[in-house]
Amino acid sequence: MPAKLEPIVGRYMTLSLSDRPHRLYFEEAGKGIPLVCLHTAGADGRQFRHLMLDEAITAHYRVLAFDMPWHGKSLPPEGWQREEYRLTTAAYTEMVVAFCAALELERPVVMGCSIGGRIVLNLAIEHAARFRALIGLEAADFQQPWYDTAWLNRPDVHGGEVCAALVSGLIAPQSPDVSRHETLWMYKQGGPGVFKGDLYFYRVDGDLRPKIGGIDTKVCPLYLLTGEYDFSCTPDDTARTAKSIPGAEVTVMQECGHFPMSENPAQFRRYILPVLDRIRGS
Amino acid sequence: MSAAATDPSANREHAALAMKIEQLPQLVNEDADLVRRGAWIDLQFQIGLGAVPYYVTVAGGRISAFERGPVLMRSSRFQIHVTAEAWRKFWEPIPEPGWHDLLALTKRGAARIEGDLHPLLANLQYFKDLLAAPRRLSSEAR
Repeated sequence: MPAKLEPIVGRYMTLSLSDRPHRLYFEEAGKGIPLVCLHTAGADGRQFRHLMLDEAITAHYRVLAFDMPWHGKSLPPEGWQREEYRLTTAAYTEMVVAFCAALELERPVVMGCSIGGRIVLNLAIEHAARFRALIGLEAADFQQPWYDTAWLNRPDVHGGEVCAALVSGLIAPQSPDVSRHETLWMYKQGGPGVFKGDLYFYRVDGDLRPKIGGIDTKVCPLYLLTGEYDFSCTPDDTARTAKSIPGAEVTVMQECGHFPMSENPAQFRRYILPVLDRIRGS
Repeated sequence: MSAAATDPSANREHAALAMKIEQLPQLVNEDADLVRRGAWIDLQFQIGLGAVPYYVTVAGGRISAFERGPVLMRSSRFQIHVTAEAWRKFWEPIPEPGWHDLLALTKRGAARIEGDLHPLLANLQYFKDLLAAPRRLSSEAR
């Protein structure tokens, strides 16, 4: 019996980031408007696989998701063993812009979740004209920390187990078991110190509160969708952020947490399809 | 005298919650997967239901002893204090947002964790699932 192949295709590219070559892995499916998806901290692009298998989306969108350097199948840069990984706002912004430029994506839509949602806000601040629309999932300009990230990378605690256990509470109780555990598996697979390094951007370097008022949604529409069970980036955090952004559209997703696209793909679909239809129609 | 001691409805709630918490040994020990995941855990910790402490001894993932306190000068590796309101909401079959996870409770100030956090963090999913086990009673009661 022939294998039932999925339409998702994975490729590697070499991308220069911060003047260093990086071997980057990405996946894509579909044709049409480029839709670049940014995964959460400590995870990888597999979080978006359900979007890539959704013909209602791939009929109109070329859905792409890259694994950030140090994540998934992308490698850390040469010499990584002598440094501590720390994601910064500047490096993350450069990464997204460089990925889109390398693939010659014309005015793509960028949709990011969590740290991806935060960087989407910075793209709106610094590069709005490059994008057709921006979508922030679980996005806010700042959030109150709720644990000490030092626990994420120490030799006497299993990094994968503690990362997954910490974020497990961010998944809505209604999310299907299979999706919950697939989401957590990616956290269990993360490299040592990578989740912690991502959170350096989230907690230390990427406080966008002073700059958030600079977003002009007339240049690039901005959609913000947050799950009601996300107690890390709460619906109130997103609403507070949106208050400083005239024209930003906020949706609270019922029965979703911090990982809507992977923890409950069917529920997320109900919210994201209308947004993608509107972007396509505009 | 505490409010719970004088308010009959608060007393009833406390008794209902105590009944649930006191089933923890059975709920945990009959869950073979949870016991398997806790195979490396041997310690005593404390759970607070309001002002009432419970001392829990875990041996190889099983609850080998469970004692209602207070007991003078009893030590434990870490202590998890949770308000009665938070336990009630946390143990709903489908808890409300913000009441559904131990760390959601600590973030909102409805729970407090003290002591040596290393064994808790090193086995966090085990302890989260242990604490959530009485949810099964709420589900079964429906």
